[in-house]
Amino acid sequence: MDFLLPADQMALLLGGVRTTVLLFAIAWVIAFALAIALVVIRATDYRPCRWFVDAFVAYHRNVPLLVQVMFWYFGMPELLPETIRFWLYDHNAEFCFAVIALALGSAAYQAEDIRSGLRAIPATQFEAARALGCSYLETMRYIVVPQALRISLPPLVGRALLLFKNTSIAMAIGVAELTYRTREIENLTFKTFQIFGIATVLYLIGTFSLMALGSWIERRTTPGRKEHRNA
Amino acid sequence: MLEIIQDYWLTFLIGQYPNGPLGGLAMTLIVAVLSILMSFPIAIGLAVARSSTWRWLRLASACVVNFVRGIPLLMLIFWCYFVIPIMTGYAVSGFWTLVCALTIYEASYLSEVIRAGIASIPKGQTEAARSLGGSYMLTVRSVVLPQALFNVLPGITSQFISTIKETSLGYVIAVNELTFAANQINNQLLTQPLQVFTILAVIYFLLCFLLSRGLSAIETSIRRKRGLL
Repeated sequence: MDFLLPADQMALLLGGVRTTVLLFAIAWVIAFALAIALVVIRATDYRPCRWFVDAFVAYHRNVPLLVQVMFWYFGMPELLPETIRFWLYDHNAEFCFAVIALALGSAAYQAEDIRSGLRAIPATQFEAARALGCSYLETMRYIVVPQALRISLPPLVGRALLLFKNTSIAMAIGVAELTYRTREIENLTFKTFQIFGIATVLYLIGTFSLMALGSWIERRTTPGRKEHRNA
Repeated sequence: MLEIIQDYWLTFLIGQYPNGPLGGLAMTLIVAVLSILMSFPIAIGLAVARSSTWRWLRLASACVVNFVRGIPLLMLIFWCYFVIPIMTGYAVSGFWTLVCALTIYEASYLSEVIRAGIASIPKGQTEAARSLGGSYMLTVRSVVLPQALFNVLPGITSQFISTIKETSLGYVIAVNELTFAANQINNQLLTQPLQVFTILAVIYFLLCFLLSRGLSAIETSIRRKRGLL
């Protein structure tokens, strides 16, 4: 890649790519797990639980991600015990807080997507499975969740794309991800178009591969289409 | 926290105005309204192009929309930041850079919303209008678009709310808006970041939450007036 950028700058940039991918991957895994937890909590009959989840979702939907990130990075350390605070400052606090903010924000949206997928499954599906002798868990495992996931898959892929693009916001608190590195190299070399062009292409590669992955999973999980493919 | 509000509420609302540049919440709202107004006609153009019968027009529109949707808004802001001065030859302020970037970004997201609305109009509507002698433009303008835009009103309002949230990225190129004002206050106080950023989050929350509630109430009342509820 020497013809594009000198080796040292290329190394900087690739380091940025690595951080971006890590930010995205870690935040997505946490967000997905958290989203499922939120859906389960929301499904309980206990009212304070529902209120808590609704408040959580409303907060993350109505406050800009940048403000959430700043809140975690600048505001939160005050509330943490000193030992944890110092440990964080020793271990790349920017990255940790960015992951937390990104994950929480994405979890709120993903929970809504999963919940609306579950609501789309008619209650009769559940009742029929139970009537045929499936246990609650079997009904969930084989009947309800597979159908619900299929419905919520497209919005979930959209959320993952947004999360990937939103990792760029972490640059505002100094996480050395792709956008941050791009700015850094631009400041060093003034090769504005070249470096921003490369970064843009890298982001496009990321989003388009995520889209391709999404539609691949969609094809795999849609039973009607599978028959078509085999025919 | 109350003390901070007492001392700095004016900075949160209008920045240093009238002794300095306008900023704060007022600036956030101006940027958001301006970008959504400017992006609306572009979005309609992109959506109509995307649903046209002319293949190349469809393809071109799809390319533009997918390109913009494929990159982070921050990248787009930086592109505008560097490219607009070179293209126009003028030093463009951060304000106009942000408005341009948001306009382009919102136009492509909004065009997808509007395209969904156009796709939901039954084909019979277009065919009826055409067979009554209406030209293509007339059909689009007075048969398809009025129905499509009305149907996607909820999508348009939620896009407006997300525009308000996205103006916060102006902070990165030092546009004097709400997030920037909060950071200035934080830098003056130095010791109370938790309180300052809590106030900031609360302001955004109230603004977006109440606005989305208000707009959906207006939608419901329009629907009721038209006898759709």
